[in-house]
Order: sequence, then structure tokens, then C-alpha cells
Amino acid sequence: MAEENKVKLHGMWASPYVKRVEIALKIKGIPYEFVEEDLVNKSQLLLQYNPVHKKVPVLIHNGKSICESLVILEYIDETWKNGPPLLPQDPYKRAKVRFWTSFVEKELLENVLLVVRSEGEAQEKAIKVVFEKLKLLEEGLKDLFQGETHHIDGENMGILDIVLCSLFGAHKAQEEVLGVKFIDPEKFPLLSSWVTAFTEVAVVKALQPPHEKLVMVYQFLRQKALRPSAAGVEVKEGVYVTSLSRSSPF
Amino acid sequence: MPEEGVKLFGTWVSPFSRRIEVALKLKGVQYEYIEEDLTNKSPALLHYNPVNKQIPVLVHNGKPVAESFVIMEYIDETWKHNPILPADPYERAMARFWAKYIDEKFWPAARKIVVAKGEEQKGEIDEIQQQMKNLEGELKEKKFFGGESLGFLDIAANIIIWLVVAQEALGMDQILNEEKLPVLYGWLQRLLDDAVFKECVPPKDRHLDLFKVKFGSSIASK
Repeated sequence: MAEENKVKLHGMWASPYVKRVEIALKIKGIPYEFVEEDLVNKSQLLLQYNPVHKKVPVLIHNGKSICESLVILEYIDETWKNGPPLLPQDPYKRAKVRFWTSFVEKELLENVLLVVRSEGEAQEKAIKVVFEKLKLLEEGLKDLFQGETHHIDGENMGILDIVLCSLFGAHKAQEEVLGVKFIDPEKFPLLSSWVTAFTEVAVVKALQPPHEKLVMVYQFLRQKALRPSAAGVEVKEGVYVTSLSRSSPF
Repeated sequence: MPEEGVKLFGTWVSPFSRRIEVALKLKGVQYEYIEEDLTNKSPALLHYNPVNKQIPVLVHNGKPVAESFVIMEYIDETWKHNPILPADPYERAMARFWAKYIDEKFWPAARKIVVAKGEEQKGEIDEIQQQMKNLEGELKEKKFFGGESLGFLDIAANIIIWLVVAQEALGMDQILNEEKLPVLYGWLQRLLDDAVFKECVPPKDRHLDLFKVKFGSSIASK
């Protein structure tokens, strides 16, 4: 009986996708076992639980595996109805939250990653696109919050808060590595105050890796994209990623 | 009545807006359909979806919803009869997982096949066949992904029809056929036979012609 209800999460400390699921589990007060995966040397269990994508996060509940972070978030919300809801009740409000979550995932995240992985003119172009998307999001937030202050705390973070947090929780590290300030309070006041608010939530703070580690992650992602064939880096990559995997700060 | 004032902005060929037509028809919801010319988008479309200016957009009592899966979830939550998502959270997660797979993996692979050539095209075909085998694993022996009746994933998988027409336009038959993918092929026939679904498929001849116009140089002329 106890085995049936057990929750396990296969993840990796540096993954923002995994972070989303951890935040959701903690907000709902769901106890879980965290299984740290070495992404260079994926476990047999991971490959068995996620044969299609072979990625983390994977949630195991009642012996069944659920993959893809956004799918997992909705599963968590629908399965554990006692904790704070991750989505509003009203269908139209739910649609708006899902729309903006999809926007952050597809339009913002992809382009921020592009900035990380490029340089020179290509990077300048990507930066421009990110600012355009941020502007759209800032406008969208006005509509979403309808002029009310959006109050976040450990009791009422929803999927949009969680997804945005998983992207911009590390905004200071992004700024340091990329030399670009995305979360600019002058350009995007609503977004900036929102990001500040959720980085202060206790659950988020507890799960956030230290700044230096986040800087290391972004530097690694950049190095991997820009100079993968630099002498020794390929050989070192396995070691570096492995050392990233094993250097969990907790 | 929640049914008042439902509009759908779409195009005749887009699988994404066709999905919404299926969902609305399955629920018996009356709606006004507006055909968009994507080279000349209407002020109404731009007003209702200023963020990505895309179809489909559903407007319900003046309030717009965009993104096909977001719209489908909205429809299911607003008109609760004839549910398109199952009741069980795990089954819902599976439907959403595979629907995402179709949009994020299958759709890009299908588009590549039409423009790729030679070895590259062959590689893309191998890839998409593997994807379809994965989908067969989810379908197993069911009549539809949704069980006895059409569900969320059946609707999402309408892109497979796009691929079948593309295959014909390319003068091929080896990408999806009964021999290679018997389980999916059987499902496809049942889908195309379904009273509701078959009303929501682009007319084949018109679709074939469009392929030839758009991908002219890749398509062998008949």
C-alpha cells in the first residue's frame, strides 16, 4: 500500500525542468524521493521510465511514469487536489494561464537558450527577439492580472509562476554570463517585480542552487555550444558534465 | 447559455484549426467559422490574437482563446458532456504527453520530409516511422486513442492525415501503409470513417494541389 502511493522524481540538480516539478511537489506538500541522474550515464531505470525522450524529469507515482514537466505539473494538480491549486478554477482563466505558459516555454525559453548558445551577430539578433517577447509578456501580464497585484507566496504559486521562475529564477547568473539584463525593472516593471517576488518564496529559495553554480551551468552551456571541438573540450565534456552532475550543492 | 457566440478563426488546410472543428462538433456546439487568408490577416484575427497573430483562435462570448491544445482543454472544461479527455489523471497525462509529441516531434519531422531529398529524406522517413511505431505502442488494440470514441489524442493526431496526403503528393507510398504500420493504418481508416471527423478533413484534391504549389520542385509531377 505504501509503495503504491510513493512518489519518486528522477532529476538533475541543474535542470530547470526538474526544478518546476520540485516546486510543485513542495507547494502541494507531497513527500517524494529524489533520484539524481547522471545525464552522461543515464540509469537503466530512467531509460525504462522514459524510453521515448530519455530525459529528466520523470515522475513515478503508483508505479507509473509521467514525463514532460508541463504534463507532470497538470498531473500533480489533478491528482493531489488537497493542496493549493496550480491552476485557477475558471476555464477561461485556465486557458489564459496555459496560453502564457506555452508562450514562455516556446517563445521565451527557446530564444533565451539561443542567446546562450550564440555569439556576435547571431546573438544580437536573438537578444532582440527575447526583448520583443518580453515586451509581449509584460503586456500579457497586465491583461492577466487585470490591474491587481499578483501576490505570490508558497501557498499560491501556479504553473505560470513556476515555469517563469524556472527560466528567470537564474536571471542574475544569466546577466553575469551573457552580459545582458533581461529582467530590467525599467523596461518590464510588472515582470521584474514578479520575478523578484517568486525568487523570495521560501520553497523556491530552498531549491535554488547557489549563484556560482548557476553561473557555471550557463558558462558550460555556452562553452558546449560555441567551442565543442576545441581541443580537449570533448574529452573534458564528459568529465565536466559528470562533475556538474555530481556536484549537487545540497 | 455557455453556447452563445462561438466563433472559430481558421484555415481549411490547417490541422490545428481542424482540430478545433472536430472538438466543437463532437460537443454539438454551434459556431461561426471564419476562413482566414494568412497572407492577408483580418483585423479581427489580429485583434483577438495580437501575441502570435495565428489561427486557430476560438472566441467565446467575445473572449479569445488561442493555441490548439489550450483551446481543446477550454472546450472540454466549458462543455462537459462527451468528454474528449479521460477522467483518470494518469490517462489524461498520457493523452497530453503524446499530443505534445505529435506537435513537437512528429509535425517538424513531417514538414522536413516534404522538402528533403535523397539520403536526408530517407533519414527523415526512418525517423517518422519510428515515431509512428511509438504511437502504435500507445494505441495498442483500442479502436481509437480515446477508447471507443474519439479523444484528445485522436484529434491531435490529425497531422497524420497531413502526412498521408503529403506522401501521395510526393508519389510515395512507403512512409505510412498497411504493411509497415498496420495498427496505425487501421486506426487511420476508422478515423476517416468517423461521421464527425470526416467532415473536418481538408478536401483531398484541393490539398494535393496545394502541396504541388507550395513544394513544387520536390513533388514529382503526375
